[in-house]
Amino acid sequence: MDSLLAKAGGWFALALLALVMAALAVDAPFAVHMVIIALASLIALWATLMRADYQRIARGLLKMPGNEGVYDDDPIRWGVIATLFWGVAGMAAGLYIALQLAFPALNLNLEYTTFGRLRPLHTSAVIFAFGGNALIATSFYVVQRTCRARLAFPTLARFVFWGYQLFIVLAATGYLMGVTAAKEYAEPEWYVDLWLTIVWVAYLVVFVGTIVKRREPHIYVANWFYLSFIVTIAMLHIVNNLSMPASLLGSKSYAAFAGVQDALTQWWYGHNAVGFFLTAGFLAMMYYFVPKQAERPVYSYRLSIIHFWSLIFLYIWAGPHHLHYTALPDWAQTLGMVFSVILWMPSWGGMINGLMTLNGAWDKIRTDPIIRMMVMALAFYGMSTFEGPMMSIKWVNSMSHYTDWTIGHVHSGALGWNGMITFACVYYLVPRLWGRPRLYSLRMVNWHFWLATVGIVFYAASMWVAGIMQGLMWREYGADGYLVYSFAESVAAMHPMYLIRAAGGAMYLAGFLIMIVNVWATLAGKVRAERPMTETPYNAVADRPLTPVPAE
Amino acid sequence: MATKPAKKGFSHKKIERNVTLLGALALLTVTIGGIVEIAPLFWIDNTIEKVEGMRPYTPLELAGRNIYMREGCYTCHSQMIRPFRDEVERYGHYSLAAESMYDHPFQWGSKRTGPDLARVGGRYSDEWHKAHLIDPRSVVPESIMPPYAFLAERELKTGDMANDLTALYRVGVPYTKADIEKANEDIKAQADPDAGAGDLQKRYPKAQVRDFDGDPARVTEMDALIAYLQMLGTLVDVDKAAPQERPGETEAAR
Repeated sequence: MDSLLAKAGGWFALALLALVMAALAVDAPFAVHMVIIALASLIALWATLMRADYQRIARGLLKMPGNEGVYDDDPIRWGVIATLFWGVAGMAAGLYIALQLAFPALNLNLEYTTFGRLRPLHTSAVIFAFGGNALIATSFYVVQRTCRARLAFPTLARFVFWGYQLFIVLAATGYLMGVTAAKEYAEPEWYVDLWLTIVWVAYLVVFVGTIVKRREPHIYVANWFYLSFIVTIAMLHIVNNLSMPASLLGSKSYAAFAGVQDALTQWWYGHNAVGFFLTAGFLAMMYYFVPKQAERPVYSYRLSIIHFWSLIFLYIWAGPHHLHYTALPDWAQTLGMVFSVILWMPSWGGMINGLMTLNGAWDKIRTDPIIRMMVMALAFYGMSTFEGPMMSIKWVNSMSHYTDWTIGHVHSGALGWNGMITFACVYYLVPRLWGRPRLYSLRMVNWHFWLATVGIVFYAASMWVAGIMQGLMWREYGADGYLVYSFAESVAAMHPMYLIRAAGGAMYLAGFLIMIVNVWATLAGKVRAERPMTETPYNAVADRPLTPVPAE
Repeated sequence: MATKPAKKGFSHKKIERNVTLLGALALLTVTIGGIVEIAPLFWIDNTIEKVEGMRPYTPLELAGRNIYMREGCYTCHSQMIRPFRDEVERYGHYSLAAESMYDHPFQWGSKRTGPDLARVGGRYSDEWHKAHLIDPRSVVPESIMPPYAFLAERELKTGDMANDLTALYRVGVPYTKADIEKANEDIKAQADPDAGAGDLQKRYPKAQVRDFDGDPARVTEMDALIAYLQMLGTLVDVDKAAPQERPGETEAAR
């Protein structure tokens, strides 16, 4: 009874506080955000009251523990749906801004739909909303299975899920209203950052709590990666977002650091958002789902140890390669370059460990489109972790920096590696989470695979050409000793490349839409009559936590 | 590295079976790079060269800078000229670290969908900027920049600028008491030539005082943004900034 009162009272107080702050707000976007927070608190209050078991409270009984015989998969099911929802939103935004670069009239003459406001919406939606939900959902799935224990702190796990969705809504609506800290991939303002910090600490508590109550002596390698991802993102997020609000009742804040120090802090954060959010976390997904789907053990235990420690140690150093030839001191640039090149090795260690897991099961690339997606994801991971070190060499960077080559590089990693591995994991999870015999259609997975792969090729190839063309046009000198091209001419030359890029993005998005249909139909319990492509067995009896059996 | 498996007396198994140890070692491993690379920037003296002319932004320029950030201009425009012949000829002297020493946050950017803006100040007229921001393709047919016509129609509403200057003061920008007290008046003073600039230009040397958007009746967001753009790269006399090191020269001899 007391805890119910405390919880409900807490949500009510938060709603009241948010409403008061909305009334006193010094700028309109802040007021809008406070109203959103108040509404979210009221919904949480309603849920708390509706879900309470009043009969048991009336009888003065303690709360019964959840059913320890099954895994706690509710937040994971929500997470899978959220991943798909935000994925469509983020990729559609990406396609739209790609088209804006080809047809500027699509900016629509409205402040809310300009490229400058939609671009952070796109990047945050795909990285933090699509990728973040995939990471939270899979980490909760994997940590339960590999520890053979139910999630610790089930209520807190639900708070993590819904709190994270609130963070996404606040960030996204903020961008549209022009609320931004103007640091790439760290755009949310101070109060949204604070909220994310609370959610993230709760996430760490749930994750570590589950590991602590594990029934396996060893912590499985996937959990090392998840743990380092959660811990490091917390560190990066807090340090890079240190700022001084202009008013506690307004959205505007000023970064704690300035100029060159702020630049390196930002790219220490920015590069390791890639390193830990998009690499370590997704490698954790790889370490669980690839062996599962391939029905083979991880290739090398020793390689996973070496590449884990060297990856997390080296990644942190690579940030300065975003600042080559800038006003950052030369020693820091060179240090960043050297470590970026070394980083190639542990990255490929992860790729090799993933690919070689298919030892003895290579035939599945032919028969299982989900394995095919995983292999393609690892191939793109290998490719972009080769391209990255190459671009971090100062000589290459002097031409590639500031151009669309960087955009192409990011997308071969994001679409190829993060996207493909996420799709594969979702395809693996959906029938298991909803208790379906199999996916609605494996042939549609195949279509998805090919549309995505060809889409990435269009995307990456057009951006290579665009980037190298920009780099060369900007530095082209004529025989007379003058620059040959004005900047505007280099913009005009990009038009066909931007069209091809948009076509590639559209194909990728089309593949994603096929996935939505497929998942939707699977959830509806339909099974498409089609010639099977694979029969990966599923043992429902073994898919449960180990529970202590009382001695008799 | 102490983490290799199965050496005498130590086995990776210990780490794999202890989540506290695993978490602590992982955190330790990921802090080293940042400490070695970032921390020295705060205490190595020659990270930021000493130049003359740098001053904090005037309140109007600051409001313009906030609009620049709000509209995400940094997603397409850099403010960092690299020391290459083509960039120096195209955009001007390469950027110095000191020129962004009061930038909270920095706006160096990472992409040039449009040109670099580090020294755009004074290169175009106010009228050009206004026309360009309202309809970029009216002055640059190849441009793919979004139109920002709404800036010209909207009155500049900053709230109490003293709060903003105070926040910046707290993170190290040397605004004086007078600067903070007069923050709101200074906006009017800089954008409205008839109001009388007072001691604005004494406190903010090289501040440009005029009506920027061709609409003297009011101070619009367009005024603020153009005031910001027109001051970019104009403060420091870059040719006077001495190179930090010359071969064979010692600190004392300089």
